[in-house]
Parts: sequence; C-alpha cells; structure tokens
Amino acid sequence: MLDKTKTVHTSRVDHLLIAEMVAPGSRVLDVGCGDGELLQLLADTKAVDARGVELSRERVNACVARGLSVIQGDADQDLADYPDQAFDYAILSLTIQATLRPREVLENLLRIGRRAIISFPNFGHWRIRTDLLLWGRMPRTTNLPEPWYASPDSHLCTIRDFVELCELLDTVVEEAVAFNSAGRRLPIKRSLSLQNLFGEKAVFKLRHRAPAQNF
Amino acid sequence: MMATNSPLQRDNADDIGVAFNHASVTFAAEVPLHLDSGKTLGPFSIAYNTYGTLNKSKSNAVLICHALTGDQHVANRHPLTGKEGWWSLLVGPGKPIDTNRYFVIFPNILGGCMGSTGPSSINPETGTPYGLKFPMFTIGDMVAAQHRLIEHLGIDQLFAVLGGSMGGMQVLEWASRHKDQVFAALPIATAAWHSSQNIAFHEVGRQAVMADPNWLRGDYHSHGVVPRNGLAVARMAAHITYLSEDALHEKFGRNLQNRSDRTFSFDADFQVESYLRHQGSTFVDRFDANSYLYITRAMDYFDLAAENGDVLANAFRGTRTRFCVVSFTSDWLYPTRESREIVQALNAVAANVSFVEIDSNAGHDAFLLDEPEFFATIRGFVESCASKRGLPPPGEEA
Repeated sequence: MLDKTKTVHTSRVDHLLIAEMVAPGSRVLDVGCGDGELLQLLADTKAVDARGVELSRERVNACVARGLSVIQGDADQDLADYPDQAFDYAILSLTIQATLRPREVLENLLRIGRRAIISFPNFGHWRIRTDLLLWGRMPRTTNLPEPWYASPDSHLCTIRDFVELCELLDTVVEEAVAFNSAGRRLPIKRSLSLQNLFGEKAVFKLRHRAPAQNF
Repeated sequence: MMATNSPLQRDNADDIGVAFNHASVTFAAEVPLHLDSGKTLGPFSIAYNTYGTLNKSKSNAVLICHALTGDQHVANRHPLTGKEGWWSLLVGPGKPIDTNRYFVIFPNILGGCMGSTGPSSINPETGTPYGLKFPMFTIGDMVAAQHRLIEHLGIDQLFAVLGGSMGGMQVLEWASRHKDQVFAALPIATAAWHSSQNIAFHEVGRQAVMADPNWLRGDYHSHGVVPRNGLAVARMAAHITYLSEDALHEKFGRNLQNRSDRTFSFDADFQVESYLRHQGSTFVDRFDANSYLYITRAMDYFDLAAENGDVLANAFRGTRTRFCVVSFTSDWLYPTRESREIVQALNAVAANVSFVEIDSNAGHDAFLLDEPEFFATIRGFVESCASKRGLPPPGEEA
C-alpha cells in the first residue's frame, strides 16, 4: 500500500519501500548489498531467506561477521552463475547506475528472480536539470556527490529512460514509486512528467511478461 | 564388537587450559573401509581429540578436519613438539569455535601418523609396518573414515564441518557426500581440485623423500632408519609455498644469520636458509615420510568436479547446507580464484553461501595465524548458523 503523505526520516527510504514490496518468508538476493542494512531489515521484519552480493571486500566481511549470507562479487560478472528463478526477489538498490552493462544486469535480475526490485537515483530531477542548464556543469547532489571524474556512476538514467528500458525488455512494471528528497512518495502513474521532475529516487518492482518456465 | 575404544584419557587439562579427551576407535577387519582405489582396509583405527560436551540432542557437534601435516592436537599442547595447538587461536573457550558451546571433534586423518592407521602402522598380515603395502587412499576415503567415527559417536548431523587447505577439501567432500549430515560447512583456503602447480610441488617433495638412501623403498621402519634428509627437503620446499614473497621479505629480507659477512661457503648464511633448515629438521621429528607421500598423493588425486561428471555444481545439487568459503589475498597455493570456483558452483545450485576474501600478506599459512578479520567472519557465520539451528548461547544449555 502506498501512502503519499508519509514522510520517513532515513537516508534510505528506498529500503523501507523495498521492504514493503517483499512478501514475508520469501527468498531474496540483494545485489550490491553494501553493509547489509537492507538484508538485515528484510531478515528482521519479513523473515526472508536473505542473500547478498557486494563488491567491496570490507563490506562483505562485515556482513558475514554479522551473520548475513553474502559473497564478494560483481553484478556485471557474477549474476550469470545463478540459475533461473532461484529467488523470489532479486534486488538492486541504488546500484544499477554503477554497473558496466545495466541492460544485461537487469536481464539477469529478471531471470534469477521471479520479481526484480530496482531503485536508482533519478537523473531527471529538477535540481539536476537546472544545475546543468544554469551552470553547464555535471550536477553534484547528495545522491550523486562525486565529481564526474571520480563518480562510480557510469550509467545514470532518468525515470523515463528506465521505463523505456523496461518496455524494451518486455517487462511488466508491477509497482513504481518515486520519492523526493524529503522522502515523500510520488507514485508513478500514467504520466511520468511530474515524477520524472520531482522524484529524486525511484523504486520499481518488475517481472517478465512471460515468466520463464520452471523445470 | 565391530568397533572398540581405546581407554579414554578423560579431561586432560593442559597448561594452556583447554580440557580435552584423547581417544581412539578401532573398526574391526569384518567391517573394512572400501577405498576409492577398489582396495579395502581393515581393521583400522582413528585417533581423535574432543573438546567440550555433546548436548542431549547431539546437535552441537563440530568436526574439524586438519591439513596435510596437521593432526588432532588442535587446541592443546602438542605431545611431541610441546607447541600450542595449531588452531588454538580459533578453537577454545570463548573462541570463535567456542568449546563451551560446541562439542568439537578432531580426528587424525586416515593415513596420518598420530594414532590413526597409516603407512607406519603394523600390517596385521605381516606383523611389520605397512610401508608401501599400505593401500592408496583419497580425500573421500579420509571422509569415509571420519563418517564411521561420527556414526560411532552416535551423531546424526554435524552442526559444522570446517577445515583449511586439505582440511577444506575434506569439508567439501563431507558437504557433497553427506548433504543431510552437514548443517554448516566452512571450506577455508582450499580448492575443489588440486592444481597442476600444486601437484608439481608435491612431486618435488616426494622425489626428495624417495631419493633419500634411507627411504629404502618405504621399508625404512624395518631397518631402524628414517629418510630425514629427504623429508626435510620436502618440507623446506613445501614451506615456501605456504608463505608469500612479501611475508618472506618482511621476516628475513636479505639478513644474515648470526654473522656479519658472507662465509663464501654453503652454510646457512641467510636467515631465510636457517629458518627453512629449522623447519625441515623439526618436521622430521613429528612426521612419517611415507604418510607424507601418501597424503600428498591423496591431495593430488582430489578433483570434486571429476567425481561429479566434470560439473562441480553437481557435487552440491540439492544441498541445504550453509556454506562459508574463505580465501586470503596473498595465498598463491590456493588462490582466491579457486575459492571463487567453489562459490560459482554453489551459486549455480542456489546454495546458501557466504564468501569472504581476507586481506593478509601471510600467504597460505594465514588461515593458521592471528587474523582478526578472519576470526570475526568465522564467529559471525557460526553464531548465525547456531541461532538458525536453535543452539542455545553458552551457559544456557537446552
């Protein structure tokens, strides 16, 4: 259920939203799980069978030391190892923009999970647009703090861009929510213009139009 | 009686404060071990140490598998060398493998030389040591022998099986052959098959032993001699592979050993030479040369993929075991790449797997050393498994 008025005071409102989208007791793979905050949240509140993949060795070790099942790996390289529909949800939170091949990564997530849940920073946000328009320089925001030469985010996109990729991959958007910097939720309806302008981040729950057969 | 116990030495508490039991079980000739080579071995004995107490439901048993030259004296002072146990940093009261909480079993491997039946044991048919008449055995055979021990102890499922290096190979065999009997598996600094380079190093070691005139085609026991020089050279060569270039450089550099200048001779001028010679000569006092040959061969033959139709993932299909795979950055004997192959196979069957690479410059030996990040990982993984298994925290016996 979406609550348009709800304001959440956390740096990762997308985590709370993702947690709402996940059914209790399900099997979850969080790709780019960082320090395991989302996995822990899902394990604590949804009793999921939680697994993670993380690039940073230090973060992986911290996750495993706190009892999470996490492997050191790379979304671009290691997702191919997983079998079809091994998980109920394959989650990629604020990571797709940092992958080398976002399309392949998304295809893999849709293959591995019965559902894929993706969150990403929206490059169509008005502040980014005005920064670029007024100053003629790559925007730097709280979500995208590094200068262009130091940023890990090689594939930034807008909400509109992401929806286009979903259509290209024959994907059903089951749920999509954008929220602004105050954590206020702006559910994405038919017209994307406002969300693409005011949404700072977006969370999409996706599935393949023709789900792969179990065998 | 198909299995007999040797008298237990109960509740030894040595001067490093870890209480342990030392025991041995002998399986009769009527129930021999059927080896992978097609031969049988019986009777055979497995010597083992235990630490901690088995709970009523027998759900807190941890099996620790030792490496090539390890043994069952893992957390107590070694009876021959007087040194602290080789994993006393990891195993003991309050340690990551907490002996207040778990019942920890350390068998000496089949073919070893610390009480389990091996090439230096007496062949009942001849009344003399087996020598080269001892049948070839594999990592799988070691696990089969351990399985007998676990059955003998009345344990249906091991809470955890862990081991490094060759111990890790046994962990993988356990998890593959006895899927329902391993709740958690920790293969550490290991690989699913022995690499060509590792076989090559082993061959150098074996040739050094066999070139020693005292080896006498393995019959040295009957002649009251020991191929000391050959075995020492084998150990020296192997020891280099357990370290790293950085570790050697940091420890020794080009430092000279108790002298101010080169002697222009073949004395151990350099500290590193002196160190290796010491490693070689002390090893000979505690290890049997034929055991060394047989065990290195067992490692060379290890290939878990080949045992499973050349697809490693098949070894783990259907597993519900929770895995924690650990490698070390500077380990060039079992590099991270080889641990990653295990992880890929586990992912391919959607197994529950954690994988960490620990940053260390200590080389392969890092798994035996004081590596806080490694211990934190093991502790966290094991504790979370214990809570999933419903094992109460220490002091709250169910």
